[in-house]
Amino acid sequence: MNDIIEKLKQSNLTGRGGAGFPTGLKWESVAKAEGSKKYVICNASEGEPNVFKDGFILENYMEEVIKGMVLAMETIGASEAYLYLNPDYFEKYKEKLENLITGKNIKLFKKPHYYIAGEETVICNLIEGKKMEPRQRPPFISASGLFGCPTLMNNVETFYYAYKISQGEYNGTRFYSINGEVKNKGVYELPENLTIKEVLTQTNNVPDFDFFMQVGGGAVGEILLGDELDKQAKGAASITIYNKQSTDPYNLMENWANFFLEGNCDKCVPCREGIYRLKQLILQKNFKKQELETLFNTLEKASFCALGRGAATPFRGLVNKVLPD
Amino acid sequence: MGKEIKIKINGQEYLGQEGETILQVARKNSIKIPTLCEHSDLEPKASCRLCLVAIEGRRGFFTSCSTIIEEGMNISTDSEEISNLRKTNLELLFAQHVERCDSCVRGFNCHLFKLAKEIGIDLKRYEDRKLGYPRYRFGPSICFDASKCIDCRNCVEMCEKQGVGFLDLESHKSFIEVIPSKNPQRDCVYCGQCALHCPTGALTEIDSVADVEAELQNKDKYVVFQIAPSTRTTLGEEFGMPYGTNVLGKIFAGLRKIGAAKVFDVSVAADVTTIEEAGELIERITQKKTLPMFTSCCPAWVKYVEFYAPEFIPNLTTVRSPQMILGGLSKTYFAKKDKIDPAKIVVVSIMPCTAKKYEITLKKFDVDGLPPIDYVLTTRELARLFKKHKIDFVNLESEEGDTPWDEPTGAGVIYGASGGVTESAIRTAVYKLSGGKKLEQIEFKNLRGMERTKEVILDLGEVKLKVAIVNGLGNAKKLLEVVRADPTRYDYIEVMACYGGCIGGGGQPLPTTEEIRKLRAQGLYNIDDVKNTRVADESPIMEKLYKEFLTNEEIRHKICHTHYSQKQKEN
Repeated sequence: MNDIIEKLKQSNLTGRGGAGFPTGLKWESVAKAEGSKKYVICNASEGEPNVFKDGFILENYMEEVIKGMVLAMETIGASEAYLYLNPDYFEKYKEKLENLITGKNIKLFKKPHYYIAGEETVICNLIEGKKMEPRQRPPFISASGLFGCPTLMNNVETFYYAYKISQGEYNGTRFYSINGEVKNKGVYELPENLTIKEVLTQTNNVPDFDFFMQVGGGAVGEILLGDELDKQAKGAASITIYNKQSTDPYNLMENWANFFLEGNCDKCVPCREGIYRLKQLILQKNFKKQELETLFNTLEKASFCALGRGAATPFRGLVNKVLPD
Repeated sequence: MGKEIKIKINGQEYLGQEGETILQVARKNSIKIPTLCEHSDLEPKASCRLCLVAIEGRRGFFTSCSTIIEEGMNISTDSEEISNLRKTNLELLFAQHVERCDSCVRGFNCHLFKLAKEIGIDLKRYEDRKLGYPRYRFGPSICFDASKCIDCRNCVEMCEKQGVGFLDLESHKSFIEVIPSKNPQRDCVYCGQCALHCPTGALTEIDSVADVEAELQNKDKYVVFQIAPSTRTTLGEEFGMPYGTNVLGKIFAGLRKIGAAKVFDVSVAADVTTIEEAGELIERITQKKTLPMFTSCCPAWVKYVEFYAPEFIPNLTTVRSPQMILGGLSKTYFAKKDKIDPAKIVVVSIMPCTAKKYEITLKKFDVDGLPPIDYVLTTRELARLFKKHKIDFVNLESEEGDTPWDEPTGAGVIYGASGGVTESAIRTAVYKLSGGKKLEQIEFKNLRGMERTKEVILDLGEVKLKVAIVNGLGNAKKLLEVVRADPTRYDYIEVMACYGGCIGGGGQPLPTTEEIRKLRAQGLYNIDDVKNTRVADESPIMEKLYKEFLTNEEIRHKICHTHYSQKQKEN
């Protein structure tokens, strides 16, 4: 048991769902948590737009993902696990999965079609039959998660790599999702310490036009300009290229706003009403930056959960870096 | 008593208990932190984000309603940044909520509005998102104006806790909102706990004040008011008086000022309910009829049984609620005595309850072709009626009620508290079983208190009575499971839909918290303590009534008894 946790720590593997928490530490804390009943949950929501690497991993490395889950169950002492899939993956893969999970105490669970339903405490609530709302943290789910029990939740890619690490086959890579106006859209497994420039170069995707990018996710990912290519692709490691000439920034912002409005839980005021007001201002086009800044600030500082906190990120980037003054 | 924890708030040191939230410690020490979605009856939601505070050494802001104190925490409850966040949040709340403060029953006594004044915001910064949202009516009892809803979901949580779950969440144009459930197996029972926990004017009782005013204006009508047991220790709150003050005398005076022809005390009819109900209980026990017997004076509980658990209909006592009995007596016995045409009598019942507005519409209660009661006004509506007529309530001279329904026993008054109906019935049962001797023990304190479910075995000499007392419908639901599993576990069960009994009713003043309920209930027991007569059977009014009027089965049945039937979904 300690063996794999040591290996995870030494590998410096971090969570691949977007938050990047050190995996070894997470497995260790759940393994040590008090409680006779524990759960493992694989988060296959992939609700972030422009991120499609989990679908790729399920398509090509499904067995390894399951083996990673079983490894986690043995390590932390969990007798039950859930594989939580967004509706598309659920329909596409349930038959194949059902064959792989027989006799392993792993259940499949179909996520409802909401962005917020990919958040870890919301997942626990939904599996318990409760409202689709996030929970206050602390307590963290490693101490009190599904049914109040210590719960280990990791992304598809994280379980994949955890298994690879146990087999001594991990080479410090991660899966990048590249899309937008690019020549070679797709999922690429490359070293995780590459700069964005290196990733684009190695995949033959460097744009030859004036562009900006959204990196780390198509909803809460940050906006970077062409002269910021020396950074690493954080979050869920997606890179989406936008052509400055042909992209209407207001249309893009409206799409983001609609995505959040459709996908949030409507529990807290900053997110429910703040993003709605953001959308109204964007539709008007003739807004004062100070008005936006007030809403951004409220979202970042006063939201209940990470969805609200992250929602302002792309808008702020686009308004400050791309929109003419 | 848990461990004591030392924290600092705004530079001052305070002691808190282990497990307390920052908000709880702040409140105990009179430090004001604005809240909106918080209610001590409910788990902290942290949805409105108004109660944000800063904690030294920790990034960001924390909702004080849901953050547990830790040793050495250094908390700031205000700062320019916190103030700006609160302002924006509140402006966003008013951006969804449609303001109609001048016509709203909450008036300016609305939590949301008070906050706006305290924090100082631009009410009209954004255009109202919920313009055009629907207004729902649940029976004749509750109005849900969705355009005023700020999505705190207190009502959904409360309705779930009541074991009813009639208020649901549904997605509509990308917003998940509160709606009445479309589920055929869910219906509203009118308990009004939703309205009691709503921080805006979205959920309220359906207003009858204007109707009653019209009757008072009508020279052809003879308007009679009857006051519930629990309203006497709650109405005062609406005029800034201490919790639990007995204001019955002022209520009588105020009603006469606005034109009441007579003012009666429903507690007198509670004495009738007690006598009839104790009688029925003894009959069921000795003749081995259906047991356990349930109380029926709570119409939300009765509606719950008739819709959700109709198999227990035979267990409900056939005795009518005090308000229905008194209305019936007024339009027969009293009308005859004072030579008034019953058709001209308008009975207005002042109740702590929204379900009572439904109870009075049931045709089965008609006496000689007339409904015993014409209108129900909640405690809150009575306060509005008095305020509209500029009654200086606090300075009114107390007055006596009108005969024949003026002097209840203490047993009739305590109906308003959980355990009160039972204690009244037990006092009478002991009296009857002892052949009418003066009771040694009047008080049965083990039946009293805010505990949600009480199980008591009463040793009445030749009879050992197994009693359960429950308040809160969710707890009644659980108790029914127990009864299903073991029907012999109890002989008599008192069910009140609202926490603490009628003193916590859906029509009572806001706010209503556990602390306030305790004080209201204590007010009723204080009245009972000093009454000369504390057993229903010893009441001279009862003696006269049974001698002169309730003289046979038939008349007793007509005025004091009823029947029940399974109900279909009405909402």
